[in-house]
Amino acid sequence: MSEYKSGSNLEKVLKAGHFAFTGECGPPQGANVEKLREKAQHLKGMVDAVNVTDNQTAVVRMSSWAASLILLQEGLEPNFQMVCRDRNRLAMQSDILGVYAHGIRNMLCLSGDHQKFGNHPQSKNVYDIDSMQLIHMVKTMRDESKFLNGEEIDVPPRLFIGAASNPFADPFDFRVYRLAKKIEAGADFIQTQCIYNMDKFREFMKRVVDMGLHEKCYILAGVTPMKSVGMARYMAKQVPGMDVPESLIKRLKGAGKGKAAEEGIKFAVEQIQEFKEMEGVAGVHLMAIEWEHRVPEIAEMAGMLPRPTV
Amino acid sequence: MIVAEQKPLMEIWEMVKDYKKILVIGCKGCVTVCNVGGAKEVGILASSLKIAAKKNGSLIEVGEVTLERQCDPEYVDEVKDIIPDYDAVISIACGVGPQFLSERYPSARVFPGVNTKFMGGAVEHGIWSERCAGCGTCVVHYFGGLCPIARCSKSLLNGPCGGSSGGKCEISKEVDCVWDMIVKKLTSQGRLDELMTFRPPKDWTTARDGGPRRMIREELVK
Repeated sequence: MSEYKSGSNLEKVLKAGHFAFTGECGPPQGANVEKLREKAQHLKGMVDAVNVTDNQTAVVRMSSWAASLILLQEGLEPNFQMVCRDRNRLAMQSDILGVYAHGIRNMLCLSGDHQKFGNHPQSKNVYDIDSMQLIHMVKTMRDESKFLNGEEIDVPPRLFIGAASNPFADPFDFRVYRLAKKIEAGADFIQTQCIYNMDKFREFMKRVVDMGLHEKCYILAGVTPMKSVGMARYMAKQVPGMDVPESLIKRLKGAGKGKAAEEGIKFAVEQIQEFKEMEGVAGVHLMAIEWEHRVPEIAEMAGMLPRPTV
Repeated sequence: MIVAEQKPLMEIWEMVKDYKKILVIGCKGCVTVCNVGGAKEVGILASSLKIAAKKNGSLIEVGEVTLERQCDPEYVDEVKDIIPDYDAVISIACGVGPQFLSERYPSARVFPGVNTKFMGGAVEHGIWSERCAGCGTCVVHYFGGLCPIARCSKSLLNGPCGGSSGGKCEISKEVDCVWDMIVKKLTSQGRLDELMTFRPPKDWTTARDGGPRRMIREELVK
């Protein structure tokens, strides 16, 4: 086990040089365990790990750790997400120990969408620490067996540390430096924001490779298949930090009535195929939002199956 | 300065409608500068309350006074002789005013006439913007003289987050992304490498998180 930082399946797959494939599962807006188990079944055997979102878009859902445990029971490997919006450093560290104690081995550290977007905009936000500091805190807990205050941890949480990168947010020129900073802080792998503007992403990856960042960290390219022209328009206008080129909206429209979803999947598959060849990209993170049942066919079409066993 | 805005007149009226003798107390400090709680606004509020009373078929008496400051006991003391004449007091100073008045005059009914917003300044005539969160440990020099604690919606010390778009914050097109400004400022000064320094978690004990704050200057204490 010592050759690995965490021994998670995702870490093993990446370290063995396989092109990784991760999925995503949003917990239910309630305690609907059956629905969650059903979503999980669509992803089983299709991906190397499944991100479990933490009150994504600041909408209250079943907690990410609880949903992660249910995925574990279903035989999937969770990638436990944690945002800085809802917890202070005490709650974060105790949850980190708790998830590790229950067998979770991957964790994604995020700032989190501002609560203004969600269904409790009246809430107080926390942001005791930021995502960079969270990455560093998890690394310190794991590698130095120390809490943030410097006190000893008896059994440290050996987690594979993930972080996000949005190549499409501004200022563009700083984005690669921010990525470098996250790697320096302790990120083992990166999952990017959903990519639609391929030209911009190619440019971003070129800079990543020029700086040698892909050799210090595994970079997984984010893909979210478009389900409809409406979704594409919504993403283009309403979702912060999203870059949806007009050409893609046109392409989806051009597919004709009732065929935009198939075209969206086709575009996603083309993207995955290009990412497989792109220098510096170690895998794909597929965020099929409320579309888990389409993941098997996307995985099949993109030639991602079967998933490797390491 | 401390920036405040007047509460809606109806809200103030609802607070005081059962009182017959009301004293409106202004402040010549920050709230005068931001045009919300000075002598002029005291007069306007007093007249508005009288009109509201008349509309409701009642007659009220409204006194007007504007103190040098409401955050200094010596000035708060100046109304000691007239306070007993009134059933209610409306302070249109920042949140410090109604509290200093309440503490100094325990039997008075004191109401706030303004909502205290933030510490900031006028960026244009009629537009004020937040600059300081009063965290108790100033760090603006790390960020090109701009404060991410007060001005980033997430108070990120290692920003910008993935929601920065076209120089604006993800929460609103009306809010500038301070991290965009910080990056541009340090780039123009050729000091971008300073932003590559990891800023560790902040010690919030000096902020409100450490509990209500108090400052003692021994040399000034009699």
